[in-house]
Amino acid sequence: MGTIVELVGVNKLYGSNHVVKDLNITVDEGEFLTLLGSSGCGKTTTLRMIAGFEEPSTGTIKVEGESIEEKEPFERNVNTVFQTYALFPHKTIFDNIAYGLKMKKVPKPEIKERVLEMMEMVQLTGFENRYPSQLSGGQKQRVAIARALINRPRVLLLDEPLGALDLKLRKQMQLELKRLQKKLNITFIYVTHDQEEALTMSDRIAIMHDGVVDQLASPTDIYEHPATRFVATFIGETNIYDGCVTSIKGEVATVTLENGAVKVKCDDSFSILEYATVSVRPEKMRFDTKPHEGFELVAVVKDYIYVGSVLKCIVSLPNGNELKIERLAGQELPAIGSRIYPYWEAEDGVLIHNDSYKIFKALDEIKLA
Amino acid sequence: MARKTTKHEFKSNTMPAIVTVGPVAILLLFLVVAPLIFVAIMSFCQTDEFYNVVYKFTASNYSKLISADYLKIYGQSLLIALITTVLCILIGYPFAYIIARTKSKKKQLFYMLVIIPFWTNSLIRIYGWRTFLGSSGWLNKLLVTLHIVGEPVDFLYKTGTTVLGMVYCFIPFMVLPLYTAIEKLDGSLLEASSDLGARPIKTLFEVIIPLTASGIFSGCLMVFIPCLGYFFVSNILGGGNTDMIGNLIERQFKSANNWPLGAALSIILILVTLLLVKIYQKLGGDMDSLGV
Repeated sequence: MGTIVELVGVNKLYGSNHVVKDLNITVDEGEFLTLLGSSGCGKTTTLRMIAGFEEPSTGTIKVEGESIEEKEPFERNVNTVFQTYALFPHKTIFDNIAYGLKMKKVPKPEIKERVLEMMEMVQLTGFENRYPSQLSGGQKQRVAIARALINRPRVLLLDEPLGALDLKLRKQMQLELKRLQKKLNITFIYVTHDQEEALTMSDRIAIMHDGVVDQLASPTDIYEHPATRFVATFIGETNIYDGCVTSIKGEVATVTLENGAVKVKCDDSFSILEYATVSVRPEKMRFDTKPHEGFELVAVVKDYIYVGSVLKCIVSLPNGNELKIERLAGQELPAIGSRIYPYWEAEDGVLIHNDSYKIFKALDEIKLA
Repeated sequence: MARKTTKHEFKSNTMPAIVTVGPVAILLLFLVVAPLIFVAIMSFCQTDEFYNVVYKFTASNYSKLISADYLKIYGQSLLIALITTVLCILIGYPFAYIIARTKSKKKQLFYMLVIIPFWTNSLIRIYGWRTFLGSSGWLNKLLVTLHIVGEPVDFLYKTGTTVLGMVYCFIPFMVLPLYTAIEKLDGSLLEASSDLGARPIKTLFEVIIPLTASGIFSGCLMVFIPCLGYFFVSNILGGGNTDMIGNLIERQFKSANNWPLGAALSIILILVTLLLVKIYQKLGGDMDSLGV
């Protein structure tokens, strides 16, 4: 499978507002790629640049190897599903779906055949003569998807397409979208701020933060090996500790936190005396009633929160920070107020560079000079 | 039981209604309804040899109105009003589109440029055009100075000049409803159209015009109807060569001093107007966007 969309050094500025910063993304053919981030992170702007509604300030956007940033939206072989659906209110459902084919001057009998086929695929048969105002949110959503897909685009861009639907319908549409994407083998670039949606649907996720892609990887990778502190906190729940790397033995670093030393797996990009962040998912946390080798954390059980299948245990560290530890419900747990010694397997923790890493790098270069 | 509720509702609803709507209703009764009835009555009255109104019934005023001379002027009025309306759309639509959809901070300024002329009496503005277009006016001076023409061109007292004045007077009435309709247009629909492969001209005819049709309708009505009754533009710029229905009415009340005939003409104009508004409503026009 080859590359279908390529963003090279793309920047977007509105006046002095730098919303997309030096973006480099490649999307493979048939891939489901999600741009995930909170509002204002530049994900929608990125999508709009691929669609052609915005022009990148600098950089190149290639679709099928061809630069398209000079092309108008109607000249691009990509289609968009809009957040607000953007169905034409004065046209029937049939005419809405047929719009793209009509613009391409496809013969009428073929239009009819393809529209009806597409309507069947999105389960809207029988709605041909209705108007958008007569449809429910979920049905409008299907029309919007059908209207885009009927043009057989190489790439489908989806801008928070499920944002306006209720939770149950959203879950159902997630599965349907994924099914459609697999069936038609079209590349999807999907924008959302819903991390669960991103994790369930995507082949790869690009996490955007302040106009920068913090990490572009598979959902598993992102969850288990977050590349930045932002990614670690944005995706799922985690325990975050800031500390100083005090020793590295092979692949295991000892990081000294405010509350004592801990062990965590690391690679050779870390150096001794670097300030770094440790992230451990609550379900990876363990604890003992006596100190564990290599860990100096001591905590007091503060509270339990029962959330169905799991039990969350909140413990307090001496400096007042709280940790979350997740256990399957039914397991025996120490009483509230008792003292425990939290730890984890070194490979379950993730060591993350933080901003001091850049300073270290800069200092290194000065030394060399 | 049901009867009781109705009575109760009547009581609780009528008092506030009388207090709030009452004064306006009385005002309208005296200033609009009563004069209209008076005009209607007068249109069926006779005149004596000195053109004094005699309150005796006759339908002759109406039968006079279907003479060939009058029919010619009706035709001419309708034609000028139609041309004016079409020109107002052609000039007003792009203008309204630009000010409604610009992201520039000058949007308010453009909007004000449409409004500001309203602050000056239109009579004075039309005299301004006369000064500008006259044989010793600025335009002629400029053309002569630049040697584009040898001697001053006779711009005034032509049908075209009347149309120019009409378009000038009525263009805001076209631009404002269009502006309202275009501004309501959801920008993502235009993006969707383009995204689906429509060139801008296609988007114009497939999406923009159908979705702003209500604005076009109300703009047309707001230009076409008053245009029929406007008399001073053709008086000042047309020099009486291009009479409109409005000129006829004015003449009956002033120089000809035949008030019953003028009244009959006015009634006809009012009926035509009502008919057009009715058609507009039937076509699905929104009465709010007419400002009525």
